[in-house]
Amino acid sequence: MEVQIVVGTVEIEVRDLDFYYAGAIHALKKINLAVYKNAVTALIGPSGCGKTTLLRCFNRLHDLYPKNRYEGEILFKDENILSNGTDLIDLRSRVGMVFQKPTPFPMSIFDNIAYGLKLKGIKKRSDLSEKVERALRHAAVWDETKDKLNSSAYDLSGGQQQRLVIARALAVNPEVLLFDEPTSALDPISAAKIEELAETLKKEVTIIIVTHNLQQAARISDFTAFMYLGELVEFGDTDSIFVNPQNKLTEEYITGRFG
Amino acid sequence: MAIFEDELKALREKVLKLGSMVETAIRDSVKALVDRDSELAKEVIKRDHLINALDVGIDEECVRLIALRQPMARDLRFITTTMKITTDLERMGDLAVNIAERAIELNEEPQLKGFVNIPKMAEISQSMVRDALDAFVAGCSRLPYEVIKRDDEVDELTIRNFEELMSFMVRDPKIIPLAVKRTYIAKYLERIADHATNIAEMIIYMCKGKMIRHMEISGE
Repeated sequence: MEVQIVVGTVEIEVRDLDFYYAGAIHALKKINLAVYKNAVTALIGPSGCGKTTLLRCFNRLHDLYPKNRYEGEILFKDENILSNGTDLIDLRSRVGMVFQKPTPFPMSIFDNIAYGLKLKGIKKRSDLSEKVERALRHAAVWDETKDKLNSSAYDLSGGQQQRLVIARALAVNPEVLLFDEPTSALDPISAAKIEELAETLKKEVTIIIVTHNLQQAARISDFTAFMYLGELVEFGDTDSIFVNPQNKLTEEYITGRFG
Repeated sequence: MAIFEDELKALREKVLKLGSMVETAIRDSVKALVDRDSELAKEVIKRDHLINALDVGIDEECVRLIALRQPMARDLRFITTTMKITTDLERMGDLAVNIAERAIELNEEPQLKGFVNIPKMAEISQSMVRDALDAFVAGCSRLPYEVIKRDDEVDELTIRNFEELMSFMVRDPKIIPLAVKRTYIAKYLERIADHATNIAEMIIYMCKGKMIRHMEISGE
């Protein structure tokens, strides 16, 4: 793999990570990657390259299906989150996730945000209200929702729902946010809002984003990792990857010559 | 993708066309001077608008490709390099016009002495332009580095030419108006070589993604 020397604090370190889907499909091969704190890291690569598989390792989402298997380490605050002792509920509140399609719960806007807070034991209505407002403001969707907090989340537009889901993730104060193609189902204006949000949020959280939109990766990420056939081919700061990639495969992919 | 490849190829061909027009302009302007052929000099001046038009056309095409294709990596470096080197080529065209103008003026006067340094300078400058453009087509090679080195020869000839003319002027102040025009011409050629150097530097950027402008070139 081509690696450039970069300066920053490492939030998550992936070491020799292999991942096997049930049925022994070897989806990730010896991945070594540093995810920098308060930065946006984009995972790019053609379909089937393993980028979403990698993203889902960071919150152990693969554990939802039996017989999926990890090898190697993912160090998060000096702790290997792949170890058996990891509290997955806790991990997933520290490492939030936003999917391609908005996934609001079938409940009111307020309750969508309050859900995770209640799970964490916050019961007092005034505390909840304050935290719900803060999360909605944070995700830049407060102005559009403040007058209808008790309406169903399904009444919101796709773009608003996506920001609502981001607010829901933010409500429980995560340290990392995983974005899995968060704008691919959105119109350009809604997509631009999410992109802007990602750039604002990185002051507080570390963001990892999987995207097929190379322009989006170029616009919002600080670091880019290019993956191919389950391997990490090249990692570097986004400027270098898009202006002067060192690996021929990376070059061919980002110039649209394959993939 | 295939369409984009064709567009890039067409763009490259336009740059080469511009390059050959500029080479011709330089060659003819110096020939007009040496052979005292004012008609040829007028031709050079008359043809300059074609160079300008092609320069503008190439720039517009580059902007169009950036807007519509959002090029990345080597495509992006190719297009940005194209935009910069056509500006250098266009400036060389202007300098050839300047040489042609001085040639017409000098051709009105009696010949001061035969030309020695200027044809040499013209030859080197033209070869620099040609090699820089060959490098642009061929991609990464040692060629652009060779071009950059040759700039020193032109600089040296500029100084030698100036010193020689200076001694003539000291001996016979009557020739000052003619000699000054000759020093101008040498300066124009020296500027042409500088523009060729810029092109070579941009081609190194295009190949390697590294800006070497305003740096000392070492071995590579």
